[in-house]
Amino acid sequence: MTINNMTIRIGGAAGDGVESSGAGFCKALARGGLHVFGLPDYYSRIRGGHNFFSIRVSEQPLYSHTERVHLLLALTEETVPRHRDKIVEGGAIVYDSRLKVPPEQLAAKGIQFLPIPLSDMAEEKAGIVLARNTVALGVAAGLTGFDLDSMQSVIRQNFARKGRAVVDGNLAAAEAGYLEGQKYAADFPFKLKRIPDAPPRMVVNGTEAFSLGALAGGCRFVAGYPMTPGSPVLHWMAAHAAHYGVVLKHTEDEIAAVNMAIGAAHMGARALVPTSGGGFSLMVEALGLAGITETPVVIYNAQRPGPSTGLPTRHEQGDMLFMLYASQGEFPRFLLAPGSHEECFVTGWRAFNLAEKYQTPALVLSDHYLAVAIRTLELEVFDFEVVEIDRGELLSEAELDALEGEYLRYRITESGVSPRALPGHPKAVYMAASNEHDERGAITEEPEMRTAQVEKRQRKLVGMAREMSSPSPYGPLEVEVTFVSWGSTYGPLREAVDRLNAEQAGRANLLHFVGLWPFPTEAVTAALESARRLVTVEVNATAQLATLIRANTGRSVDAKILKYDGRPFTPEYILACVPEEV
Amino acid sequence: MLTREDFAGRERPTWCRGCGNFGILNAIKMALAEQEIAPHQVVMFTGIGCGSKLPHYMKVTGFHTIHGRSLAVATGARLANHGLKIIAVHGDGDGYGMGLGHMLHAIRRNIGIVDIVQNNRVYGLTRGQYSPTSDPGMITPTSPEGAIDRPAPPLALAITAGATFVARGYPGELRHLAWLIGEALQHPGYALVDVLQPCVTYNRASAYDFYNPRVYKLEEIGHDVTDKTAAWELTYEWGERIPIGIFYRVEGVPTYEEQVPALKAGPLVKQPLGKLRPEQIETLRAEVI
Repeated sequence: MTINNMTIRIGGAAGDGVESSGAGFCKALARGGLHVFGLPDYYSRIRGGHNFFSIRVSEQPLYSHTERVHLLLALTEETVPRHRDKIVEGGAIVYDSRLKVPPEQLAAKGIQFLPIPLSDMAEEKAGIVLARNTVALGVAAGLTGFDLDSMQSVIRQNFARKGRAVVDGNLAAAEAGYLEGQKYAADFPFKLKRIPDAPPRMVVNGTEAFSLGALAGGCRFVAGYPMTPGSPVLHWMAAHAAHYGVVLKHTEDEIAAVNMAIGAAHMGARALVPTSGGGFSLMVEALGLAGITETPVVIYNAQRPGPSTGLPTRHEQGDMLFMLYASQGEFPRFLLAPGSHEECFVTGWRAFNLAEKYQTPALVLSDHYLAVAIRTLELEVFDFEVVEIDRGELLSEAELDALEGEYLRYRITESGVSPRALPGHPKAVYMAASNEHDERGAITEEPEMRTAQVEKRQRKLVGMAREMSSPSPYGPLEVEVTFVSWGSTYGPLREAVDRLNAEQAGRANLLHFVGLWPFPTEAVTAALESARRLVTVEVNATAQLATLIRANTGRSVDAKILKYDGRPFTPEYILACVPEEV
Repeated sequence: MLTREDFAGRERPTWCRGCGNFGILNAIKMALAEQEIAPHQVVMFTGIGCGSKLPHYMKVTGFHTIHGRSLAVATGARLANHGLKIIAVHGDGDGYGMGLGHMLHAIRRNIGIVDIVQNNRVYGLTRGQYSPTSDPGMITPTSPEGAIDRPAPPLALAITAGATFVARGYPGELRHLAWLIGEALQHPGYALVDVLQPCVTYNRASAYDFYNPRVYKLEEIGHDVTDKTAAWELTYEWGERIPIGIFYRVEGVPTYEEQVPALKAGPLVKQPLGKLRPEQIETLRAEVI
């Protein structure tokens, strides 16, 4: 018997509610004191197709999903053949007995096939066939011996706004499934046991982690245009806007979104633009406007596979070098790529401080896997106490009142940062211009002033570089191979490193990059000195992190593990690449 | 009491002698002075083009943005601080070409922006190409056989899209133009002031000699500015007689900014910016447990 170490997968069509019910079940497991890693997988369509949600459960914190499945809940015929090969020995496939699954698909060595009238029970208990997802998860609870109370507490919360009848129907559906599952529990060896007295934990995805951080960091203006997987930040902010004093604008396009954010930031609001790569492509010209007018704006790009429409609901890390060089001309920018939910929260508030302190755009690079994957986190992981709101050299009204002489918005300074005054004050009557300008903001084409302004802006990079964190090391110091990664690849790679070292001590460690630009050259050079064999692991075809490392340190990687099939890495996939690449 | 001198700038305009922009610049200064709006109480957003350099030539708070996007930047600014007057100034290439989409959406929102379009019906700064409002057949570097595109009808589009203030002025009628801009500044929502701007270098056929004998004031014919159909029809009068004045004006339509929940407490940038309070953190945590 295996206790508290398994993956449950529920599969159906778009519109069957596999994602919402799967996320709800994650919360129930967390309330039962267990750690989860939940991952939705869905196609770019509203109805039909094949969607599934995987819930990995453990007593230890989880950083990744894995490939093997212990219990499959099939709401559609297609679910069975698609995932049958992933089921471990002793595992089970629960399927709706209404489904017409071809008999030859209902046989596999060591797997139980359990036809259960999910739809009939849903209709009987909840009056609607859609509730079969609830029945199926009730069956999962019954089979694994997990407690029904945790599940029902989430149902009460999640369905509350749909009214009493819907709540009661789903509670009854869950219970009916639970009782049905219990009938087969004796022959099912994977069990989930409530951990008594576990502390309450958060169940969040990277979208929520980043949004919480941004709100805590004083984000008060959000403009965006829907694009998967960036729009969930827009939705989160919209849901919280009225209550937390945020102005949220769903704009006519991404060009309007970024330009509105620049306008709001110019006036003094902390402004955010959530998007994905296609939307960011439209924002490129305005990025340069923020650069030359020294306007602090935060742009969040949750990457998906390109080029162009690419794979809208899939995963890739293909936009790093594009974001680093986007827009004509040269100007400083921050490029930050959180790789974990913890880093999403910190990046969420820190990006606004960096943008305002250096009066330049801060670009945040997330990705699909990070944006949608759900993890359990201890409450203190999101440390609201340490959140700071640092507006940098922003002149207060009193300072402006006391200012003698003329205010110079683009004063040449040693740090490159010119004290900033917000429009609205009699001393703050100045022009900001996309043209090259002098210290007052007046257009100039004089070579001396042009040179002085370029150098002023570039000088900010000195201070900016000091703000950048060194790549975070993970694993033992003396190892055969050092992996480098960025973004959400951290999770699966971290687990792969753990497994390698568990097999044989001292095999691998990893260096995880969050601060990508300004590139922490000295810290990286030092960190890489002791690396014997360097292997990059990235979800793209051209090894963009390896390119960045080589360009800045001269160090080439010895091998690359790359993937560009639209799916995130798993620890198993990385381990399978290791014998040939390492 | 403000006067035009309070808005005097330090830079010399780079415009050609006789450019219609001189009149527009004067009219804006006159309107601001008459409305008692000081240089720091207004922010002027411009695009790219000869006319978009306008705020550099006066004393005013301004943001010279990129081509076609000034209304988007201005919208963000208005939402961040609706305590200030927001004016957009840009040409017809900027406003009716690249920025036409933003104009229709600004109209839909009835956001409090005075939108002044210097409509010289040609591209000046890029040297004489035809614009979205050029006459068909106009021969220019990008239309050597004559322009094929039919001109955009900006005023009709604005009325159709739901604009609450639609006017047209002419710098040859300076006092009248200043009055129009003043009326637009008093209007709570989006206000379009299309200006027939002579370009004496690249569009001589549509300069003073063309407009002077043709323009007439809508006030003189007793046009009812609340009559949408009549206003719409008048926007198409173009030939021997060309109307200027207020075509359409409707009161009582709520502005966008007055409907945003977060702005009920006053301009966004005037609201305190602090860390989340303990009870807010509790609520946010409770959502994810």
